[in-house]
Amino acid sequence: MIATSTVDLITVNIDGKDVAVPKGTNVIEAAAKAGVDVPHYCYHPKLTVVGNCRMCLVEMGMPAVDPATKAAVMDPATGKQKINWMPRPVIGCATNASPGLHIRTTTQLVKDCREGVMEFLLVNHPLDCPICDQAGECKLQEQATGYGRGYSRYIEDKNVKPKRTVLGPRVTLDDERCILCSRCIRFSKEVAKDDVLGFIDRGSTSTLTCFPGKKLENNYSLNTVDICPVGALTSTDFRFKMRVWFLKQTNSIDMESSVGANTVVWSREGQIYRITPRQNDEVNDTWMPDSGRILYKQVKANNRLTAASVSHASTSLVDAVNKASALLTEAKGALRIVASGKNTVEEQFLIKHVAQQLLAPVSLVSHVGEGDKILVSKDHTPNVRGALVTGLISELPKPKLTELSSDIDSGKVKLVLSFGEDLAQAGITAAQLAKITVIYCGTHTNTTSEAASVVIPTLTVFEKSGSFINQQFRLQKFSAAVPGPTGVSDDLITLTHLLSSLQGTPHATTQAAGILSQTWKALAASIPSFAPLSFSGIPATGLLIDSTAFAKLPFVETETLHFKPVA
Amino acid sequence: MPEQRRIIFKHIDSPGYTNDLACYQKNGGYETLKSAVLRKPEELIEEVKKSGLRGRGGAGFSCGLKWSLVDRKSGKPIYLIVNADESEPGTFKDRYILHQDPHQLIEGMMITCFANNVRQAYIYIRGEFPEGARILEKALAEARQANFVGANIVGSQYSCDIFIHRGAGAYICGEETGLIESIEGKRPYPRIKPPYFPAVLGLYQCPTIVNNVETLCHVKHIVSMGGEAYSKIGTPGNTGTRILCVSGHVKRPGYYEFEVGKITLGELLNDICGGPLPGRTFKAVIPGGSSAKVLRFGERFKGKRKVGTEMHDYDWSLEDLPMDFDSLAMVGSMAGSGGVIVMDDSVSMVEALANINAFYSHESCGQCTPCREGSLWMKRITNRMVHGDARPEDGTLLKNVADQIAGRTICAFGEACSWPTQSFVSKFGEEFKTYADRSQATVSAQEIIPLV
Amino acid sequence: MNLSAPTVKQIDEVITHYPQKRSAALPLLHLVQEDQGYISQEAIEWIATKLELQPINVFELVTFYPMFRQKPIGKRHIKVCRTLSCALMGGYKTCAEFETQFKTKRGEISEGGEVTIEFVECLASCGTAPVVLIDDTLHENVDCAKARALSDRIKAELKSNS
Repeated sequence: MIATSTVDLITVNIDGKDVAVPKGTNVIEAAAKAGVDVPHYCYHPKLTVVGNCRMCLVEMGMPAVDPATKAAVMDPATGKQKINWMPRPVIGCATNASPGLHIRTTTQLVKDCREGVMEFLLVNHPLDCPICDQAGECKLQEQATGYGRGYSRYIEDKNVKPKRTVLGPRVTLDDERCILCSRCIRFSKEVAKDDVLGFIDRGSTSTLTCFPGKKLENNYSLNTVDICPVGALTSTDFRFKMRVWFLKQTNSIDMESSVGANTVVWSREGQIYRITPRQNDEVNDTWMPDSGRILYKQVKANNRLTAASVSHASTSLVDAVNKASALLTEAKGALRIVASGKNTVEEQFLIKHVAQQLLAPVSLVSHVGEGDKILVSKDHTPNVRGALVTGLISELPKPKLTELSSDIDSGKVKLVLSFGEDLAQAGITAAQLAKITVIYCGTHTNTTSEAASVVIPTLTVFEKSGSFINQQFRLQKFSAAVPGPTGVSDDLITLTHLLSSLQGTPHATTQAAGILSQTWKALAASIPSFAPLSFSGIPATGLLIDSTAFAKLPFVETETLHFKPVA
Repeated sequence: MPEQRRIIFKHIDSPGYTNDLACYQKNGGYETLKSAVLRKPEELIEEVKKSGLRGRGGAGFSCGLKWSLVDRKSGKPIYLIVNADESEPGTFKDRYILHQDPHQLIEGMMITCFANNVRQAYIYIRGEFPEGARILEKALAEARQANFVGANIVGSQYSCDIFIHRGAGAYICGEETGLIESIEGKRPYPRIKPPYFPAVLGLYQCPTIVNNVETLCHVKHIVSMGGEAYSKIGTPGNTGTRILCVSGHVKRPGYYEFEVGKITLGELLNDICGGPLPGRTFKAVIPGGSSAKVLRFGERFKGKRKVGTEMHDYDWSLEDLPMDFDSLAMVGSMAGSGGVIVMDDSVSMVEALANINAFYSHESCGQCTPCREGSLWMKRITNRMVHGDARPEDGTLLKNVADQIAGRTICAFGEACSWPTQSFVSKFGEEFKTYADRSQATVSAQEIIPLV
Repeated sequence: MNLSAPTVKQIDEVITHYPQKRSAALPLLHLVQEDQGYISQEAIEWIATKLELQPINVFELVTFYPMFRQKPIGKRHIKVCRTLSCALMGGYKTCAEFETQFKTKRGEISEGGEVTIEFVECLASCGTAPVVLIDDTLHENVDCAKARALSDRIKAELKSNS
């Protein structure tokens, strides 16, 4: 679907192995391609190169040529062109691929360099591992094990620096652990565009800090915690909560806007502990907004809907669905469906079938707000495009349901079925809600759920698997990280049950995984752009789908990282 | 006894010589500039190349070669920065040029600017020369007034202005890329090379020449007498004169200008500087600023070296050592900035090293791991030793730490902070071994143990 | 920020010396310190605004360079070189002598706000070691006797000024 670009490839030699890399690739990346690990701290593929940690020192050589004739000088021992190895090691992060470049990483010199740098890094570094959050994902630990000498000869006192500076509302800093790699400073300046961090003092007393009175409080502050190779910058929310080696990692998508930043949800025994970004070079690089990270707190929020109810009395899910089906059938011709940009593609597909069964018009509610030109777009829902692609809607949603409002007033509408949208936010008054029958399917209580005759609890994005289509028209999937509340069924099962109830066909109970692939078979069959796909076949970094049918729609998004609206 | 040849220092300490323009012109000043602007810039660069001039700031890099590496195709403005940040311990020559003969520098600068198509030059003067900055400002005002600096100088079409930029007490600003970062208003962290070679990506990412004060004064004299004539002064490969600054335990410390290579260490210290202090014998000498490797009196150097086109044997005592770039490099030290620090038998080498290590640890910018942690570690070891807690193996440990720094850092500060330790331990190892035993240890007569 | 009018004039002039405003950070810090005696937090913010920088960018410089201070010092600033050549010729004794004469320790403000004594690194006058920089004037060959003489002179000058 996307044409692969032809790039200039150069062949370089890493530890005797030839590897072809695009022009301009640095040695760390080239070596990774050749399967060779070059340890490093300050280098980050998405930030400028500074070369200050010196851990990526390697030996570099160029093929020998006669200076006068430019003919190759051969090595009689190997029969190949002689390589002139430079006596001084070079840093891999700042050495770019050039024709004939030879790199050695397994020589005694490189070994000495790495052991030396490791020993120096640990000279003033506090032995905090037992109490440090970074343990288990700490680059110092990993590289000390892999490349360190195993012991230190340092017997002097260590530097003392502030140990629990509150840099901002979400980040706590331990200055003693800081190895002065400057990744956080570069990130704040180059990506978050908030030049608020810096080093003060000099030499080994250099200390990371903010100017007194200023805080690291931009909406990307927690990315500095992700990229900090040690436990200096820590997430105040996650501090001391859980050891990372106990946590299960699940791929997910940030649902706070149509950017669809890729994430990882970290959980243990059904509880989520933190969310971090997942690398996707087409969508979010290695970053995500702070505001997306706290969304996991909604899973255990106080106002979580955990039980189905009919007329405010708890009941079983089956009874609630059956009651909803009865009400819907009764109100046929005078009902409206309000779906959401927060519903998954699969749910939107099934809702469409419900709407078709009931001959009911469907609207979405738009949630347009501030975009930040980085990773939060103006559309504060993740999946409006899913509703377009599945055919659930054909026009972009509006912020207020004005037509519905007047239809309720005029008596044309007697029942509204809402899938996760609080109608009160969309301009429907309490009086209007009282006038009609409301069926609400959602995750948390709100004005609409309070006014609903039937309430069906649904799952958050963390408790189910599904997909969203982001502003690039990229189909991206996410998986369930933790199980939903007891008694709450998978949303696709609930929807299928409702549909079969409306159609009068028997409902076969299936497991969540089965229903997903079953739904996808139907999806792929009915939507041309999905034709060859299955859920498991969606790549981890997503898949662009054909959006020509929607090219003329006035989408609200403006430029963000990796996205430019078509003119 | 060799005679000084004072070309650069001709008027320093001359009675009646003042640092104003009138005095400078009375002595033939700015005549060279007047004729230089009538010549082709490439010709002037050729003269400097022919002269064999090597930088006088410490690295001894060929000046003509440095100029030829400047990127003249990028279309970006070319800058000249004068490194007047004289901070190498033991060095005190640029000070006198700046304070007593500033117009010589300005003339040398303007000739250099003209030759290299520079329109804007900066003088980076260390913050501890406040009087020097005032003198330079006054001299620049005079020079602008007389049309030697600024727009259309001396009736030509060529314009170039000079501004002064004061430092604020950081040795690392003497490193050319650290200096550039300092002028740009950032923390003076030296840049990684490649890709930030000043000749290509220097000040404001434009091609930049960074030259030492004394070097630029030599340029004036080269253009005046011709590169060929200049190359005959001094010795082959080590042309011209250079100013040697002798300090420490000699009878007559001070600055002396000699043809490069035409004076030996022995002649310098014994004949010119009067020999050791009464009742003392020479013990050690650092020949090129504190970064240079120390030499031990009693050492001998043997080998073969190239003189002209032939190989000659040499067998030198320390006193036989000619004070030129190549000879000093050959015996494992360097000519550096010309700062000759002499230590006599009253000095404990362990304590002297402690003093030096405290300097480097204080001046490390902290950017890269080996220098930042290594210089601090070495300081802490020597501090611990001199404050009474030495171990016999500390000398070996010092050497091992230093070996892990040199060659692994972003800038030459790595070598600068590790060479003293490496050479002190190597040449005076027995003092380091025995320092732990106070009854055996050599302790300085003078208090030089650092308190910080 | 109540900087004197001449200082503000100099500040505006020096900014024109550079194609990028940030370069004027060091000159501005010198001018502000000469005007106010030290660099306050307010001054840092003022300079940052003036040069379209963030305060942290200026704060980084103030703490890196030893010549900038964030607190006021005594009326006279006595800086004694402590690097090798001066130390070899007795620089440490010279410093101790000043401390005795003014009954103060390095880094402090002496009684009556008279002086602040500090060690500095090589002042590039090693041939006339030990050297001392008192405010902007360099004093050479400062042994203990000369240190005493200089101290007396400073005390006399301060007395006549008050």
